[in-house]
Amino acid sequence: MATATVVEEKRSTDKTALITGSEAIAVACKLADVDVITAYPIRPYDTVMQYICKLVANGEMDCEYIVAEGEHSQFEIVKHACACGARVFCGSSGVGWMYAMEALTVTPALRIPMVAMVGNRALDDPGAFGVEHNDALAVRDLGWQLVWVDSAQEALDTALIAYRVSEDRRIFLPCAISCDGAFLTHSQALVQIPSQEKVNEFLPRYNRADLLLHPDNPITVAPQGNEDWVMEIRRQNYAAMERVSVVLKEAYADFERIFGRSYGNPFFEEYMTDDADIVLMGMGTLSTPVRVAIRQMRNGGKKVGFVRMRWFRPFAAAELAKSLSRFKAVGVIDRDYSFGSPYMSGVVTTEVRTAMYSAPGPKIPVLGFIAGLGGREVTVPDVETVAASVYKAAEGKSQPLTQWIGLRE
Amino acid sequence: MGRLFAIEVIYRGIFQKTLATRLTRSIVLAAHEDGKLGISFGRYGDSPERNGIPAKGFAIVADDAQTLEEGMAKYEPKEVDVTIVVDDTLCKGVESWAWYGLQPVNKLLKPGGTLIVTSREQPEALLQMAHRKETPYNLAILKGTVSFSGLWVYKDDHTDVRILGAVAKLLPGLFSLKSVQKVIVDQWNDKVKAESAARAYERIETVPVKPGTGNPEVPYHFNFPKWHEMGDGIAIPCIPAGGAVEDPTTHASGGWRPERNPTFKKYTTRTMRPVVNFDTCIKCTLCWLQCPDSCFDVTPEGLYDANMQACCGCGVCEAVCPVKECVTMVNETEFEDNSSQWEAWRKDEKGYEAWLADKIKSHPERSHGFRYRGQYEEQVPAALEVAGDK
Repeated sequence: MATATVVEEKRSTDKTALITGSEAIAVACKLADVDVITAYPIRPYDTVMQYICKLVANGEMDCEYIVAEGEHSQFEIVKHACACGARVFCGSSGVGWMYAMEALTVTPALRIPMVAMVGNRALDDPGAFGVEHNDALAVRDLGWQLVWVDSAQEALDTALIAYRVSEDRRIFLPCAISCDGAFLTHSQALVQIPSQEKVNEFLPRYNRADLLLHPDNPITVAPQGNEDWVMEIRRQNYAAMERVSVVLKEAYADFERIFGRSYGNPFFEEYMTDDADIVLMGMGTLSTPVRVAIRQMRNGGKKVGFVRMRWFRPFAAAELAKSLSRFKAVGVIDRDYSFGSPYMSGVVTTEVRTAMYSAPGPKIPVLGFIAGLGGREVTVPDVETVAASVYKAAEGKSQPLTQWIGLRE
Repeated sequence: MGRLFAIEVIYRGIFQKTLATRLTRSIVLAAHEDGKLGISFGRYGDSPERNGIPAKGFAIVADDAQTLEEGMAKYEPKEVDVTIVVDDTLCKGVESWAWYGLQPVNKLLKPGGTLIVTSREQPEALLQMAHRKETPYNLAILKGTVSFSGLWVYKDDHTDVRILGAVAKLLPGLFSLKSVQKVIVDQWNDKVKAESAARAYERIETVPVKPGTGNPEVPYHFNFPKWHEMGDGIAIPCIPAGGAVEDPTTHASGGWRPERNPTFKKYTTRTMRPVVNFDTCIKCTLCWLQCPDSCFDVTPEGLYDANMQACCGCGVCEAVCPVKECVTMVNETEFEDNSSQWEAWRKDEKGYEAWLADKIKSHPERSHGFRYRGQYEEQVPAALEVAGDK
């Protein structure tokens, strides 16, 4: 009797899942085969630790999962594990992130390629759960790479890219992926989950090489140093951060080649800018109402564009300034505050102005808008209010340099 | 631009969270089977949820990505095609613990939209509770008792799939019965559940609700202060201590009524409320002492009157009362207002007696999910009967 030979084709196709931004990052951790994870609950970050917990409990993921007694220990534990050659993940939100601050400051100096997720949350008080970007921005000067994403898909993809870039021997710096509380961490969207084969091709194993803390490689990390040593150490971090741009571009190009999904310019994303008179800027999920408002305004003949900052550290100043110089005025929507800063503007506005100041070409107005604090909805009419003011500035009319939008006043 | 669908699920916090999440997720997945895109989310302001406090989940579905983005550009939908209410006492409205005031249950329904309620009541009873709406809508009652299937361990009573089957019938453009059955089998590998969805699809019926029908009460609301009207330093005034209670007949003053939060009422938090037989009360103080919400006002003669601004309906007073049938928990659907029982009793003792007897007779039993072990199992036969699945 003839028997048919069944050839089982080893298929590795992408799958679609309905998951939150937090769950997407948890899936990225699984695909990246992370070795050590520390957790300590705080909303909205806790959704990622819960989902990783579930993956471990279901036998889908194999890692050391340590629940620390607070955020400081949480970040210290992964710092040490990472020095010993483990791929690590952790994260926090709001004041939890701030409680870990001492651990967060030493991590870049020791060149620890830790990947963390910040579920952006307003700093206490008044103990609100909604999104504000001041938590993650608090480490902006310390050597952390900082990236903001605006969809669950981008969260998953960016986590894989973050491991690839951070663990590159040219870099060895930590990276925090910021996900807006609620809008991203608690909203389920359809996400393409790539196959393990593709991830393996994209992401090499973490190799700590000469910096491996191991008896076979006898080194001491972070001895006490005096004033003869500090500046040179800082200059090393400066150099590493300077190298990120190149490594990041390589990683995004490779990501596109392997996964077939393109993010264009890694640093910032432009929307309807080709013929725009003015542009708005911002980070994270406020992109959704902004894009909708722009389509509506364009129906009324107003040529408005949008530039969404993705990587805040490193800040692609020259590239951004070159792009923005095409427009008559810029309006930056900050989901953060910086009390007492130049012109009392938000953090992103001040950085954009700095980038623009040293760029060649005519100086264009950069207006700052503070909106959406504590998770306040940024509405389509809010965006139209912002655009109207930026248009006036473009026409040479005087406008306040900082305006609060969506405030009860 | 393609078509945009929005569906909300109104449920009891914690107890029905799993049920609500199953519904919103399955709606998106079933629509995706039919080539649509979507997102599902819970109202962030409702979380972390409190036991029994009204909460909302949403599913937004669209034909294409750009239309979906239009739907996502709001914190939550401003209007919905279907509102699913998984506890009929929520027809009284939705007051989230996040201080939004009281939202009528039908507030977000588009003209011609459908309100689906799981209930064993008749339409008239539900429309007496739901606030008046100026546009027409449809009411569909999915026969069944309240499902507390999300409480810690999921008790699978098929409420989820029966609602999904009903949605396939009532909003046919969203997803087909076939697609939702596929999603049910994919998720839970249970053909009986898929069959339950089909039965609900066949049986669900709607009644039209004319404009202006419903509870005429103006829903409780308050205005948020402006930034310069608020006190500095996140300091807020305390709630004043309170004062004596006045007898409506003799005008004698005495006892104690604590002042209560002027911006947060618990009118819609309850699924049951205590009714008190003042004639049998022995003034032992236990209900007043043990109430976790300090809901009892002390009357001039030393009786205890459950104040409906503060009562969560937990049933502790009934449990601790040493007198047989002095405090009885009664299904919230039986009540039309939140007025004082003691005042009613003082004004008309005979009338109150009759009222009390009637309330206790109708539907005193209703599961919180934790009244006593084994209660749920006892109720299964009755639940099946209501659903027509004896």
